Amino acid sequence: MTTTTTLNWVQVCHLADILPLGARVIPSPKGEIAIFRCTDDSVFAIRNRCPHKHGPLSEGIVHGHRVACPLHSWVIDLETGEAAAPDIGCTPKIPVRVENGVVWLAAA
Amino acid sequence: MSSSAPTTTRERLIVIGNGMAGMRTVEELLKLDPTRFDITVFGAEPHVNYDRIMLSSVLAGEKSVDDIVINSREWYAENHITLHAGDAAVSIDAKARTVTSASGLTLPYDRLLLATGSKPIVPPIPGLNLPGVCAFRDLKDVDTMIDAAATYRRAVVIGGGLLGLEAAWGLKRRGMDVSVVHLMPTLMERQLDEAAARLLQHDLTERGISFFTDGQTEEVTGTDRVTGIRLADGRATDADLVVVAIGIRPDVDLARTAGLDVNRGIVVGDNMGTTDPDIFAVGECAEHRGQCVGLVAPIWDMARVCAHHLAGGDAMVYAAQATATRLKITGIDVYSAGLLKAGEDEDEIVLRDKRRGSYRKLILREGQVVGTVLYGNVTDGDWYFDLIRRGTDISDISDRMIISRAATQSGGAAPALDIAAMPDDTQICGCNGVCKGAIVEAITTKNLTTYDEVKSHTKASASCGTCAPLVREILAATLGIEVAAPAIPTLCKCTACTHEDIRAAITTQSLKTQQQVRAALGWTTPDGCASCRPALNYYLLCAWPGEYQDDSRSRFINERVHANVQKDGTYSVIPRMWGGTATPGELAAIASVASKYNVAEIKITGGQRLGIYGIRKQDLPAVWGELNEAGLVSGHAYAKGLRTVKTCVGLEWCRFGTQDSTTLGKRLERMAWGNWTPHKFKMAVSGCPRNCAESTIKDFGVICVDSGFDLLVAGNGGIELRGTDKLCSVATEDEVLEYAAAYMQLYREEARYLDRTAPWMERVGIDYVRARIVHDAEGRRALQARFLHAQSFLQDDPWAERAKQGVDAHEFTPLEALT
Repeated sequence: MTTTTTLNWVQVCHLADILPLGARVIPSPKGEIAIFRCTDDSVFAIRNRCPHKHGPLSEGIVHGHRVACPLHSWVIDLETGEAAAPDIGCTPKIPVRVENGVVWLAAA
Repeated sequence: MSSSAPTTTRERLIVIGNGMAGMRTVEELLKLDPTRFDITVFGAEPHVNYDRIMLSSVLAGEKSVDDIVINSREWYAENHITLHAGDAAVSIDAKARTVTSASGLTLPYDRLLLATGSKPIVPPIPGLNLPGVCAFRDLKDVDTMIDAAATYRRAVVIGGGLLGLEAAWGLKRRGMDVSVVHLMPTLMERQLDEAAARLLQHDLTERGISFFTDGQTEEVTGTDRVTGIRLADGRATDADLVVVAIGIRPDVDLARTAGLDVNRGIVVGDNMGTTDPDIFAVGECAEHRGQCVGLVAPIWDMARVCAHHLAGGDAMVYAAQATATRLKITGIDVYSAGLLKAGEDEDEIVLRDKRRGSYRKLILREGQVVGTVLYGNVTDGDWYFDLIRRGTDISDISDRMIISRAATQSGGAAPALDIAAMPDDTQICGCNGVCKGAIVEAITTKNLTTYDEVKSHTKASASCGTCAPLVREILAATLGIEVAAPAIPTLCKCTACTHEDIRAAITTQSLKTQQQVRAALGWTTPDGCASCRPALNYYLLCAWPGEYQDDSRSRFINERVHANVQKDGTYSVIPRMWGGTATPGELAAIASVASKYNVAEIKITGGQRLGIYGIRKQDLPAVWGELNEAGLVSGHAYAKGLRTVKTCVGLEWCRFGTQDSTTLGKRLERMAWGNWTPHKFKMAVSGCPRNCAESTIKDFGVICVDSGFDLLVAGNGGIELRGTDKLCSVATEDEVLEYAAAYMQLYREEARYLDRTAPWMERVGIDYVRARIVHDAEGRRALQARFLHAQSFLQDDPWAERAKQGVDAHEFTPLEALT
């Protein structure tokens, strides 16, 4: 048996609202969400909090599918939310998809 | 989710004492064998494990309680350690192998570790039970003192040793009138000789602490609360708080109930085992070969040895080593190690520098250093201490080693740093608290072979980077390879090229975008990383002024948003105040913005400007717009670029001024503002050799003299203090501007990204810079021309662009909130 959770998809912005290798911030009741766009136009959303000292990841430098935290340069993998080895930590991911240039986020 | 550990197969270890020694032993044990024991900890204090050494910093208000926590509750949980904090162990039944706590809990153990620490010594003086009397031993005492400082005025500290003086200083910092009563004629007599103790007493007196030396406290007076103290010789003083800090004694009460051998401390062997084979003791409560210790370095050694034996090893032994002492009072530096005074067989060398208030003494015996006392400048303390510990033959350098390590080693016969002889507890990285032992262990257990691996696993040199050369040497020594001269660093892990290779390729191959550089030089990553992107952005900006488009996504946050992010997520706004001056209109605009946006603080910065703190990111463009209206522009206080030009009032107002230093400072600032450099760049102009603008620690400094201007370069007042080198003297203000522009351009073109001028100068040398700037007039003018050409593209106020023209609007507007 698999359990299916119905996701509540919300339209948050257009792809063009995020510069390539850039990020935007979405305030939410559970804290800020950072939404990133990479050079290949893939889009990722994670909590805007580094697992290390809670740095604002949206302000970091994006490279590949990764972002470097602006506070102490921890590198977070945008695909998984995991910190790059040897650092250990994880930032929660938020499901995101892009359709016809519109970015949708799964609000919990 | 982690599951709780299985309990049946593991041995049970009980640790009595949740302090530094006990938990360090547990940490070492977990590294060796994380699954051997079920661990239970009893701690008398209701806290997690904290750094007791830092209590004086908490008292002085320099650190918070959170700052000094060593292991959080999560750490205990993650390691399956059961912590009974605030429930002291009260008895041990060594036959039944059980421990009983104050709450009535009785638990069995297979192994028991005693880390009960010390108790303050309480002298037999009447009145010590009055409210308002405390010791200086734990967080509760610190709370008592902080509370008293908030309500009362007068404090007396009994005891002028290390602990007593730190207590006195902390209370003084908190605004109390503080007196220290000390039994002996001089302070800290166990760590300092008379001369250093006198200097110390003098400096503390200057800071407002009074002293009763040769003072034996006879009575603490008061009925409901302490009101004062009286000394045996009749002297007396009022007090609302009395802190007793006359020393500590190992806490051995429990060990006695267990029937262990106890002298002053709990008797332990070289394996830290007590007379019961299942019971071990570490830290201040232990007595090893007749010695009890209270300093952290030997206690870390004990912890390592004890953990080794608990984990089933039988090889390591603890051997007491010489220790050094430092006093933690801000701005007062004291260091001592080994003998304090020469006896019949020893010689003393003493250097006093009254002007600088410094004092150094070395005690020598048969060509070796056997003791040192330093006051004022203690930077060479660790070197002297190392010579003491290693018993190095110093006959060749004994004539000059008192001056400084630098002076000694530039004289030739300096011994190379011997990594093998360096003890494991030598702290290598001060920022991240990493010792040599931890680095060696990471290298061996994790098979690390490169500097980058060592840095990322241990965090040594990961913050300020000062210790990077040392970390490399430790790596080389541990792997057993030759210590090569430091290699020229590559830009980052994305490339095998050095900074110099890349800069050369950019100009010779006409590479004009980051993609072109990465493609031409074989980058391993498509868009680089957080290290190389800002560097490439700068190198391209410097090489192709007016052509290369600055890439905001290759800038660190502060440079991208033109403001400094503060730790609470708000920003500071610091407008340029030319030469440190302001008009009434500018001040009014700052005041108006501050009240309109309800800012947290306005502060005069270290660079003679007004900083406005606590602005929300989305308000920045509006704030800048209003400041622009009054003519204020960005001060670039966030930039790796020109920061301030500090000036004194100069000839215009000062009776010593020789030139108009303020106007010259403004001219320099008008010329150089908006410029990007490899790292931040600070200037100063002082109107006379009294040097009120501190020109001698700036990247470019000017000291005005009657005949003209002395130009000084490559100073730094930061992590590593470096006085400037004198470049040359010039006669006119125009020449000052020409030389400054040329010097800045040379630095821009040749230093590595993130090098300040000081390390760059250390590498290239002042003679090289003089050859390029002073002795080559044509070259100098060409450099100046390139600088001014670059400036023609850089002098646009970034605040105006964002406030008025909507540049980077996305930076300052969050998307619509989710509900």
